[in-house]
Amino acid sequence: MSTGTVVPPEVSTHATGGHPPTSTGLSHEKIGMWAFLGSECLLFGGLISTYLLYRGESRPGTITPPDVFDIPFTSVSSFVLLMSSLTMVLALAAIQRGDQHRLKVWLLTTGLLGATFVGGQVYEFTVFVREGLNLRTNLFGSSFYVLTGFHGVHVTLGVLMLLSLFSLAVRGKLGADRVETVELVGLYWHFVDIVWIVIFTLVYLIP
Amino acid sequence: MSTATSDNAETSSTVTTDHGGGHEHPSDWQYIKIAMLLAFITGAEVVMSYVPSLGGLLVPGLLILSIIKFAIVVMWFMHLRFDNKLFRRVFVTGLALALFCYGIVMLTFNLPR
Repeated sequence: MSTGTVVPPEVSTHATGGHPPTSTGLSHEKIGMWAFLGSECLLFGGLISTYLLYRGESRPGTITPPDVFDIPFTSVSSFVLLMSSLTMVLALAAIQRGDQHRLKVWLLTTGLLGATFVGGQVYEFTVFVREGLNLRTNLFGSSFYVLTGFHGVHVTLGVLMLLSLFSLAVRGKLGADRVETVELVGLYWHFVDIVWIVIFTLVYLIP
Repeated sequence: MSTATSDNAETSSTVTTDHGGGHEHPSDWQYIKIAMLLAFITGAEVVMSYVPSLGGLLVPGLLILSIIKFAIVVMWFMHLRFDNKLFRRVFVTGLALALFCYGIVMLTFNLPR
């Protein structure tokens, strides 16, 4: 026999900000996403630390960071990813207003900007390999590819999530009741952006 | 969770949105201004990396600008500034653990041997 108080849906969703009532009064999915992002800090912290420790450990005569890095190219890639964070937050604002047209436009734009970033990374990797830097060349190559490769995989997953959301929006299945879905994908997307902010500075800009 | 406060998409560039519990989010135009600031900081970082006369100021300068960009995205685009404090605590716990753990790793491996 149930002993809990039954709360009318319209009351409960208003009191909890739109999602079903929970023990904390907050969305469990959103808490889970923030916990996941916190754990991702540990993952990328480990990869970035490994890179910083090993990037100066190239064997004599092998490729070093200044030999291969193309700062202007990577700066443009960084700008693209930064702007995708703007379009993502505009997509969230659009669905919060119930503006389906702009939601679709901004979701597609964000996905395309993310795909552009990944394309740039593939191009960069291709150039580096042609110049003789691969996973086994030296410790710099190993740690660089693992770090930026992991980040690239995260961006690629984000692009797939964004295109899935866009597909749902086009089919009319991303209504006002799915605001939190867009918000969660947005949190993930902004996280890959802040990771790149750190990577861009520590890996590319600091000599 | 967010709720809509405007039913007119044409006014979207000027309104703010409620994020539940009375918290207000920036308008679209405010988001654009924040993105312009981020782009400006990124440009400044790139320019700094080409200025040899900065010497020992280069690394601290780049780190500070990077931290500022990180904080702006987390607080404004990820809405941590407006959301419940529990979300902030959960994220900051992971971030602090990472900084603490890998800070020790860096210090250990970089100590004079």
